[in-house]
Amino acid sequence: MAPFGALLKRGGKRGAHRDKAQAQADAAEPPPLPPPPIGDEFAVPVREYVRPDNQLQLSEAQLGEEMPRMLTATNPTAPKNLARFNMKERCFKFDAMVDQTVAHYSSSGWLLHKSSEEAKKQGDAERAEAEAAAKFQSEVERAAREKEAGMDVEPPDDSRQLRNRFNFGDRAAQTFNYPLREGGTMTEPPPTATTTGSCSAWEVYDEYLRDAERQRAEEAAKPKGGARRPSTAAPGHAAAAAAPPAAGAAGGGSTLQGPAAEAAAAAAQRGGAAAAAARGDDDGDAALSAAGPAVAAAAAILDRMVVQNALADVAMDFKYWDDATDSFRPGEGSLLPLWTFKCPRGRKHVTSIAWSPAYTDMFAVGYGSFHFHRQTGGLVAIHSLKNPAAAENVFVTASGVMAVDFHPTFPNLLAIGCYDGSVAVFDARRRGGAPLYQATARSGKHSDAVWQVAWQEDELQKTLQFASVSTDGDVVLWTLTRSELAPERLMRLGARAALAAGGAVAAAAAAAAGAEAPGGGAAAAAARRVGGGVCMHFHWADGREHQYLAFSSEFLASFSGHGMAVYSVRWNRLHPSVFLSASADWSLRVWDARRAAAGPVLSFDLGDAVGDAAWAPYASTVAAAVTDDGRVHVIDVAANRLTPLCSQKVVRSARLTRLAFNARHPILLVGDSKGNVTCLKLSPNLRRSGGGAAGAGAQPHAAAAPAAGVGAAAAGERFEAAERQRLDGVLEVALKGRRAAVAAAAAEAASGGSCAAA
Amino acid sequence: MAEIAAVEETFKRLQSHRGVLGVLVVNGDGIAIRSTFDNETTVAYAALVSGFTVKARRAVRQLDADNELRFLRIRSRKHEIMVAPEFERGEYALVVVQDPAAE
Repeated sequence: MAPFGALLKRGGKRGAHRDKAQAQADAAEPPPLPPPPIGDEFAVPVREYVRPDNQLQLSEAQLGEEMPRMLTATNPTAPKNLARFNMKERCFKFDAMVDQTVAHYSSSGWLLHKSSEEAKKQGDAERAEAEAAAKFQSEVERAAREKEAGMDVEPPDDSRQLRNRFNFGDRAAQTFNYPLREGGTMTEPPPTATTTGSCSAWEVYDEYLRDAERQRAEEAAKPKGGARRPSTAAPGHAAAAAAPPAAGAAGGGSTLQGPAAEAAAAAAQRGGAAAAAARGDDDGDAALSAAGPAVAAAAAILDRMVVQNALADVAMDFKYWDDATDSFRPGEGSLLPLWTFKCPRGRKHVTSIAWSPAYTDMFAVGYGSFHFHRQTGGLVAIHSLKNPAAAENVFVTASGVMAVDFHPTFPNLLAIGCYDGSVAVFDARRRGGAPLYQATARSGKHSDAVWQVAWQEDELQKTLQFASVSTDGDVVLWTLTRSELAPERLMRLGARAALAAGGAVAAAAAAAAGAEAPGGGAAAAAARRVGGGVCMHFHWADGREHQYLAFSSEFLASFSGHGMAVYSVRWNRLHPSVFLSASADWSLRVWDARRAAAGPVLSFDLGDAVGDAAWAPYASTVAAAVTDDGRVHVIDVAANRLTPLCSQKVVRSARLTRLAFNARHPILLVGDSKGNVTCLKLSPNLRRSGGGAAGAGAQPHAAAAPAAGVGAAAAGERFEAAERQRLDGVLEVALKGRRAAVAAAAAEAASGGSCAAA
Repeated sequence: MAEIAAVEETFKRLQSHRGVLGVLVVNGDGIAIRSTFDNETTVAYAALVSGFTVKARRAVRQLDADNELRFLRIRSRKHEIMVAPEFERGEYALVVVQDPAAE
């Protein structure tokens, strides 16, 4: 009912409500007209102010407040500010400048304004085109006119005319493109091998430790190897076998990581000064060590081949040389030196030599020392005639080796006896140093040096046994059980004060398997064979010899004759009752065991202490002896009962200590006190036994060597019987001669006495 | 290990013998593993000798299948080439060249 205009007016200032409390404030304003009475529309309307109930009540001041309003041309849909990432300050920044234009409508057209740039350009282009067309036209007309006039004319140049873009042709040509083909070659890739390894901190550490140990071992070994260092530093020099084993051991050890420590220790033992020289060769050795075991066999073969080449003339001599002058000198012979085998380690005395029963070119040498005071370590070296440059196998022992013996049936078993009284059994095939069996103080070794060992032939071959003799008076029979050596004392040689210089266990006991056990009458022989006893022959320092029967531990006989120590006693290989003895009293005597009382049947004076003597295997009457002045004497009792057939100086300035005949070849091994073993070839006169009708002819050895087949065995027996007969004949003659001489002397003494009496 | 030490020792001994010009170890592929010659000579020897060895082995085996080559010696005017092959444990050959007449 209220006039809205009035309300609007008020609302125009604020448009808000007022409350009744402010009704008095409104008194200044003209009071509202009362509404026109009903029924009277033409009356002046009465203004009436009506205030709504919910109108906001404001004060005058508030009502009078000026509220400015601005009209701006902004885009309501545009954001107030944009947040942009500022790369320079690396943060979001507000950009208040926001584009406020809104395009309501837009469309693209192709009309240009006349005065715009582009329109001007278009105009210029059209004008230029028109000009060119006009120009060309005039040219064409001129050409046509000139042509009409008959002049030689060239056609107008129309290359610059604008062409119809829809109707023109283009001509082109293209050369033939050859098709491409690719070719290549590839070579065969070089053979490669992959190696892997790892390297971590702990491996490096381990290697450092090992290297430190190696250096320590080397330092420790330097004084030992000092003397040999010049020879190892130049490995291409003389085949001194002493240095190369050390170099080899150290060189092999330095290439491998694992056993480096133990190889270094071993090298230290053998004078590891060569380790420094060998280590420089490491890179090449790596590949070689991979090939090691395979190459070892080939290397051994090649070694022999090379040595054979280098010593080709010696090998020829060994096989074919026969001293032609022997045919002019009956009753004389000579010895040809062939090879020399050096002691692998230092200069020790050769104390024993033993040929292998299976391989006729292989022999074992025991090295030790005969000096009571200067005792050193010992060595057993197995040499082969095929390779004199180096030993096939070497065993080192703690004390000097005094005796070696091969088992006749099992030729790999080697028994040795040492200066400290121990015995040991080695396997000759093994390349290591440890013996199979070793007797120690606990297991009953001798208390003094062992001078001889001999394997016992057991016919049933159930056990392996060998006997050893020592200066402590015991003869001990050792049995090889599975785990150890079991000693069994066979006999005690009595408490004789003169017991010294040792005894000789007759190897005839071993040979007794086939033949009769020697030494003693026929009655005792039967018992001996049943019992499988051993007959031993002992010699004493005071020059006497005794014969024992081991089975019953009895003295059989005693032979006196030598004035000084007896060094060697040997049974004749073909005659069971004859033996010889070599003594320091310069004599070599031949005895007959059946006639003990007669004394020595034959006696030879050799000019110096006789170190060793041996019977030849091919004749019953030939024997050889070595003396301290370096000479070898060969005697043949059938040919000459007074002087040796041959007395030849073989070694300069060394004492010859041992002697051994080879069963098959006509060669002789002699060992001396400087560690050298010389191989000598017997000349034809020495090989044959002259002076006897049944002297073996061209092939003494073939007959002597045990041969298979009944025919051959029978021939062998016949040969042996014949030899025995020959020897018996010689001894008879000798004895007769002696008796005659004795009788003559007695007669002379008697007559001299009677003369004196008269 | 003892074997390898023995091989080394044999090797050094081989080189020190009288008249030996050089030693060579060749593997199955004809490559020289170890040699005391200079490079060219090594390569030449390795290639030629291994070919020769293979032929020789083949000849021996064809004549009798159970047979096996043990070693070869080629004697020439100036020197002698000795080859010791090993077929069982890896194919290797050890070659030594020696002049036996040298003093």
